[in-house]
Amino acid sequence: MATDSSSVGADFLRAVLQGAPPGAVYALVALGFVLTYQTSGVFNLAFGAQAYVSAAMYFKARLIWGWPTVWAVLLSVVVLAPLVGLTLEVLIFKHLRSASAVSKLVVAIGLAVALPNLFDIIASFKPASGVTPVGVVPGGADVFYSVFGLYRFSRNELVDMGVALVAVIGLGAVFRFSPIGLRMRAVVESARMTELNGIAASRVAAFSWALSSLFAGVAGVLIAPRFNTLGSSDFFSLMVVAIAAAAVGSLASLPLALAGGLGLGIVIAELNTFLPRWGTDSAWVRTVQDNLTPSVPFLVLFAVLALVPGIRRVQGAGDPLAGVEPPPTARAGRPDPRRALAMRLLGAVVVIGGGVVVLTRGDQLWVYQVTQAVVIAIIFLSVTVITGTGGQISLCQGAFAAIGACTVYQLAVRYDMSVLVAMLLGGLVAAAVGAILSLPVRRLGGIWTAIATLAFAYFFDAVMIKLSWVGGGAASLLRGTAVPRPTLGPWDLSHEKAFLVFAAVVLAVVAAAVVALRSGTFGRSLIALRGSEVGAQSIGISAARTRLTAFAVSAFIAGLGGGLLAISQRDVNYGANFTPFAALFWTVLVVALGSRSVPGALIAAAAFALFEPLVLDGAVVGWLTRERHPLPSLFPIDGKWLFILFGLAAIQFARHPEGLVEYGLSGRSRPARPDRPRGRRSPNTDSAAAGDAAASDQRPAMRGNRS
Amino acid sequence: MTSALEFDDVHAGYGPFRALFGVSLSVAPGEAVALVGSNGAGKTTVARVASGLVRPTAGAVSVGGVAMTGARPYRFAQAGVAHAVEGRSVFATLSVEENLTLSFRRVRGRAGVRGGLDQAYESFPALARRRHQRAGNLSGGEQRMLSMARVMVEVPAVLIADELSLGLAPKIVAELYDDLSRLRAAGTALLVVEQLVGHALELCDRVAVLDHGSVSWTGSSSDARGILAAGGLMGAGLAGVGPTGQAPLDHEKAGL
Repeated sequence: MATDSSSVGADFLRAVLQGAPPGAVYALVALGFVLTYQTSGVFNLAFGAQAYVSAAMYFKARLIWGWPTVWAVLLSVVVLAPLVGLTLEVLIFKHLRSASAVSKLVVAIGLAVALPNLFDIIASFKPASGVTPVGVVPGGADVFYSVFGLYRFSRNELVDMGVALVAVIGLGAVFRFSPIGLRMRAVVESARMTELNGIAASRVAAFSWALSSLFAGVAGVLIAPRFNTLGSSDFFSLMVVAIAAAAVGSLASLPLALAGGLGLGIVIAELNTFLPRWGTDSAWVRTVQDNLTPSVPFLVLFAVLALVPGIRRVQGAGDPLAGVEPPPTARAGRPDPRRALAMRLLGAVVVIGGGVVVLTRGDQLWVYQVTQAVVIAIIFLSVTVITGTGGQISLCQGAFAAIGACTVYQLAVRYDMSVLVAMLLGGLVAAAVGAILSLPVRRLGGIWTAIATLAFAYFFDAVMIKLSWVGGGAASLLRGTAVPRPTLGPWDLSHEKAFLVFAAVVLAVVAAAVVALRSGTFGRSLIALRGSEVGAQSIGISAARTRLTAFAVSAFIAGLGGGLLAISQRDVNYGANFTPFAALFWTVLVVALGSRSVPGALIAAAAFALFEPLVLDGAVVGWLTRERHPLPSLFPIDGKWLFILFGLAAIQFARHPEGLVEYGLSGRSRPARPDRPRGRRSPNTDSAAAGDAAASDQRPAMRGNRS
Repeated sequence: MTSALEFDDVHAGYGPFRALFGVSLSVAPGEAVALVGSNGAGKTTVARVASGLVRPTAGAVSVGGVAMTGARPYRFAQAGVAHAVEGRSVFATLSVEENLTLSFRRVRGRAGVRGGLDQAYESFPALARRRHQRAGNLSGGEQRMLSMARVMVEVPAVLIADELSLGLAPKIVAELYDDLSRLRAAGTALLVVEQLVGHALELCDRVAVLDHGSVSWTGSSSDARGILAAGGLMGAGLAGVGPTGQAPLDHEKAGL
């Protein structure tokens, strides 16, 4: 790369060439993403997971089984990828055709969490470090071709760019001009109306999923060599970058998605080329360069969402026949009061009993696990506010929590402030960020809120956390982000059990506040907005103001919980606790178990912290059987099952948005007997009588006129 | 003679909600039947069952003498049932030409699409001018025109027209009914769901009155017109008549 031509023109051109290969990779994923969105109508956040599955299969076949390239590609791309897509369509999305876009998004998030883990377990695949994924051409990373003496493309890069170009032409042609493309677009708008045209919509949809999943496989295998180690979270973040490229084309245009991908790659390369040139003179340019480059995709995505109003309308027209299969009605009325009381008593007994057992007999490990559950429950209550009550999918709760945690760290370390005061301030800072974030986001609604918050989460992850005044910068890399435990009056909270009691008290206060909030005016306004934005506004509720408050409150709770989590672990532990991909699972878990109620969030937190030690490691079975080593061959079960089970459980959100806990407790109101429900005759005769009455009222007058 | 469309004691509904309670109805080939009734009587559900969109929970549906109970909508379409649904009945995201191509391509194959398009544009010149526009951007009347163009070119055995007049200007409604009578002349059996009874009665041979999910009266259009004249409003007249058809007399007695 050390060419001497330092003219601006040559540098510019070199950066264009240099940016093209990563741009082509973004474009590949963006194309697949647009293809899925346009052919299935699903904003498929599991696309990255599908790409990962094929990449991992290829890796396994090629490097572990030692298959030749052709067979490995056939297995991973041609067979496995469409099979995954078909399975998803037949088992899940076929039944969700009339579900809302947000519901499908949540289902896709659940799959994004579940699929990679499911594959890892079924194929007993472990991403082996030290073995770099290989491309599909021999010597892909080692053989170079020079262009104008400015930049040398590797074989892999040439393949990426070639496939992206061929794909945009080929897929574009299929999509725009072929009969099957027309049918796919028709099915996306309305499967039922397509059927009225004599076309079997289910077959078309199956083909759509197979095609877009095939492309996910292609993209996965081609981009794998960019990573040193295969990991599903890398595929997920790459997909978020690609969404920015896809957003440039409003998620509708394949050529614009290609242009968006290449543009992103080139812009980043140009910034990397030119900023250092000026950065030698002034230090602040250097700071800008370090922070701007990684954040470009997320800034672009956020800017497109916030500034281009057209993108909100590209969701296309709704199915005019959606009313044929109306969504299931919410539970009519409350559950049986005696049953509710019994469940409440049972819950209290479990909580108190569990608390007593842990506090009196629990060893250090169990006290720690339960403390984690209690603290996480506070963060999860923030999801209850924004998603359960507000009906908005926010994917940046991890960032809010991290803001709280970092505030505690900064204030306690730099200004020697009491960590408890810092914890409250952390909540306030998070609330302020949440309120500011909601300004551009609040009018988006639906899936766009989810995407914008995801962009913010990745922006925070790529830029903010690395700043010295947020995550500690280089200092934190050396010394960690240590947070001290406080003392509160006579209680020394560095004692684990005392801290558990303290955390439980904080949780109780927050839970009570959430309950009070929900049953107050603000909560009712939020629920009204969740039901119908237009309807709510027509009775004088300001959607913008209510959403701003909801974001601020939710961010406050998340920040408070994040601060407490840092105090409990005595360290911020950003990488382990708050990364966007980790926080994705929070939403999945709360939504699966019940985002609308406080018990739902509590049980979700218990599942998050205790499911693995209690169930998967066999502790419960051990207690039940009183054996020291129960079923040694079965336990411990792989911890990945946690992600698989709850990821798949999130799928039911589309049908039962109240979550498993509440749905399970409601005793499922069954419809009246299908054939002849009671009381059908009475309204009939009533209205007939009313009709007669009306008729006899009118008739004398009419006759009077006539005579 | 086999009916073009036959309902035998059909029950249907949406999830826990029941809409139809034993509807029996038949439309002979080339016959036009008007289905009238108040809001919520179940007219649209009858239309949906007739095109397979809603599966009956009990009873039987047949098209041209072939049992179709529980079949998917595309089977109904392949058996010759066309359904102009209530409200928007075109693909808003597709262009006018793509909307037409979608249905012509299946019936006529690749080679026949061009001819079908030409025929449609000839009958509806307004569509030719807008052939590359998104159908969602057309006016309500033009959207109706587009859905009529499909069936005018590819004449179906049965056409179910659900609330064709909804939200349209009277002039356009009159044009639509002209199209329907032309279809009828071409041999299509019509099931016309309508709240504007006047047009429907003029077009149709027979009238079925739907009340609270079952057919409360059937008879010829001229009888229906007589009752309407005597009873005035729908609610007081047709919907109030008894199942036997004797009720009008009682009404007149009561009126005297």
